Amino acid sequence: MAEGTDLQPAPSPATARLGRLQRLPLRRLIQIVLAILIIGFVVLGTYKTLNLPPDERYDPSTWKAFVISGVAQGGIYALIALGYTLVYGVLRMINFAHGEVFMMGCFASFFFADAYASSGLLNRHPFYALAIIFAIAMLTSCLIAMLLERVAYRPLRNSPRLVPLITAIGASLFLQNTAFGLFGPQTQAYPVPDVLGGDRTWTILGITMQRIQVVVIVTAVVAVIGLTLFISRTRTGRSIRAVAEDREIASLMGIDVDRTIMITFALGGLLAGVAGVQFGLTFGQVSPYIGFTPGIAAFTASVLGGIGSIGGAALGGLLLGLLQAVGPPLLFTGFNIPAPFQLQDVITFSVLVLVLIFRPGGILGSGEAEKV
Amino acid sequence: MTAEDQAHRDGEQPVLELRHVSTHYGLVSVLRDVNVRILRGEMVCLLGGNASGKTTTLKTILGYVKPSDGDVLLDGEIVTGLPTMQLVARGVSMVPENRRLFSNMTVAENLELGGYLRKDKDKLAADREQVLQTFPRVRERLKQKAGTLSGGEQQMVAMGRALMADPKVLLMDEPSMGLAPVLVEQVFEIIRQIRALGKTIFVVEQNANMALSIADRGYVLQTGEIVLSGDAQELLNDPLMRQAYLGEL
Ligand SMILES: Nc1ncnc2c1ncn2[C@@H]1O[C@H](COP(=O)(O)OP(=O)(O)O)[C@@H](O)[C@H]1O
Ligand SMILES: [Mg+2]
Repeated sequence: MAEGTDLQPAPSPATARLGRLQRLPLRRLIQIVLAILIIGFVVLGTYKTLNLPPDERYDPSTWKAFVISGVAQGGIYALIALGYTLVYGVLRMINFAHGEVFMMGCFASFFFADAYASSGLLNRHPFYALAIIFAIAMLTSCLIAMLLERVAYRPLRNSPRLVPLITAIGASLFLQNTAFGLFGPQTQAYPVPDVLGGDRTWTILGITMQRIQVVVIVTAVVAVIGLTLFISRTRTGRSIRAVAEDREIASLMGIDVDRTIMITFALGGLLAGVAGVQFGLTFGQVSPYIGFTPGIAAFTASVLGGIGSIGGAALGGLLLGLLQAVGPPLLFTGFNIPAPFQLQDVITFSVLVLVLIFRPGGILGSGEAEKV
Repeated sequence: MTAEDQAHRDGEQPVLELRHVSTHYGLVSVLRDVNVRILRGEMVCLLGGNASGKTTTLKTILGYVKPSDGDVLLDGEIVTGLPTMQLVARGVSMVPENRRLFSNMTVAENLELGGYLRKDKDKLAADREQVLQTFPRVRERLKQKAGTLSGGEQQMVAMGRALMADPKVLLMDEPSMGLAPVLVEQVFEIIRQIRALGKTIFVVEQNANMALSIADRGYVLQTGEIVLSGDAQELLNDPLMRQAYLGEL
């Protein structure tokens, strides 16, 4: 991100030194004032919420539920965020169509889930049905991500950075409208097998969780670990890291750079497909517009963790999920706001802006650490 | 091409040859009618000042840029403008300008990437062992991130990485650049060692004295044209050469 803000010509060294003297204190000052305001608001909101009259307060088990749903939501964000981070790592580009890659995976799996639900297979053999549903979503998202790379981004590989960015937004609208046209604008119910039904729970390590949340958290953890091993241990993973660090020298090693970039998109697509099913099962619905908000949230998560860093995407996703789940009740209920949970997206965007102001490299990225 | 150059091991097929190569960046002409022949086991240097087109020559060989005219031949076969990875697969390696290691990866991973395309696992392991024997310092640093090494150590890793491909011809782009004088001596000593392994080497340098002292032959590039060529010893004694490049005004 830091590079992209370089819109002005570089000032001469002398004026740069002067400019820094004048500019630094002002920027610092703004940051400090902002930090005080935010901390003040957080402390005040928390204080007011925790000191509500007992009958208006959330009880501890409700807080626990908020945290667990935050972790589950964070798992979904993490998987989408990994797609942003992988592509950013090799191309230094934000694939703004990634939210739609996720949506398409969800939709494709929906048709299978729907058919299995009406044929009864979904409830008779939920495990096999889910396995197929996950596979379909992953395959679809993977193919769409690869197609995007080949058709929309590869021809622009050597264009100025703004060009593929605009193309990404175009591709995003293209995919959204394709889904709109082919599948209709209405929100449809995503079938959930009875064994994972809303009120069914499992208790693990003394923590009672909805079964769907367990499925989401477990698949997310498995996917993150799998990706990490793939990137760090395999020959292909090494070639991805090589392309991320220095494309020209990667080709000097004999690495097929085009193929490696396509594999990177494919990996991001696979993970987005997993997230698509997780989303469908969690919220029980699908529409052509579901890619937008989770897409932005996951992008925020990847920036929060440090874009380009795999650990950062996972951490950022988890943190953002928690912030979204725990933030509104903790910060806003004390102020008697009618619908605090509608402020989730406000939190997302605030986090994005604040990270960019205070720590543009993200939590784990000073820029270089553990870049893909 | 000078007469004695023509006569040099006459009739033998060069490992690498540039035939009337001209290269442009857009409309800017950078190389004009460059002819270079490198025979098996030879160490040849290409000398030239800043911006004379040395790096462009190597980039043309490796297919990073396509020549606007002329051909690149590898073992007599035309390979002009093939994708870089194919040239690497056919046995061309390079130690790039400024080393360009993968600094977030370990030294071991950098070496492994050097042998990325190789299928002959046994020979690869033997070559790796040979590299580590040539550069004992590299062996001590195998688990370290390449970015944390000193400049001299990085140069050794860069050379080791290129050697891991077991290249037919090894290109080096200004291996002495940006190194302290003591290290420059060391680097040329290393190049001499690599030569002793029987490698064919094409090294590009500004440091003409050093390069000629270890090379068999040299070419002199001036604003994209070869203006002089010949045996290293002859070049060292050439009055024009001494005046223009060896700092005797
Ligand atoms: N990618 C490029 N685009 C345009 N001009 C270039 C490019 N690379 C190098 N040049 C120009 O080509 C000339 C030769 O460059 P180069 O081969 O890098 O020289 P050397 O390696 O001898 O210092 C220089 O004038 C340089 O400015
Ligand atoms: Mg150069």
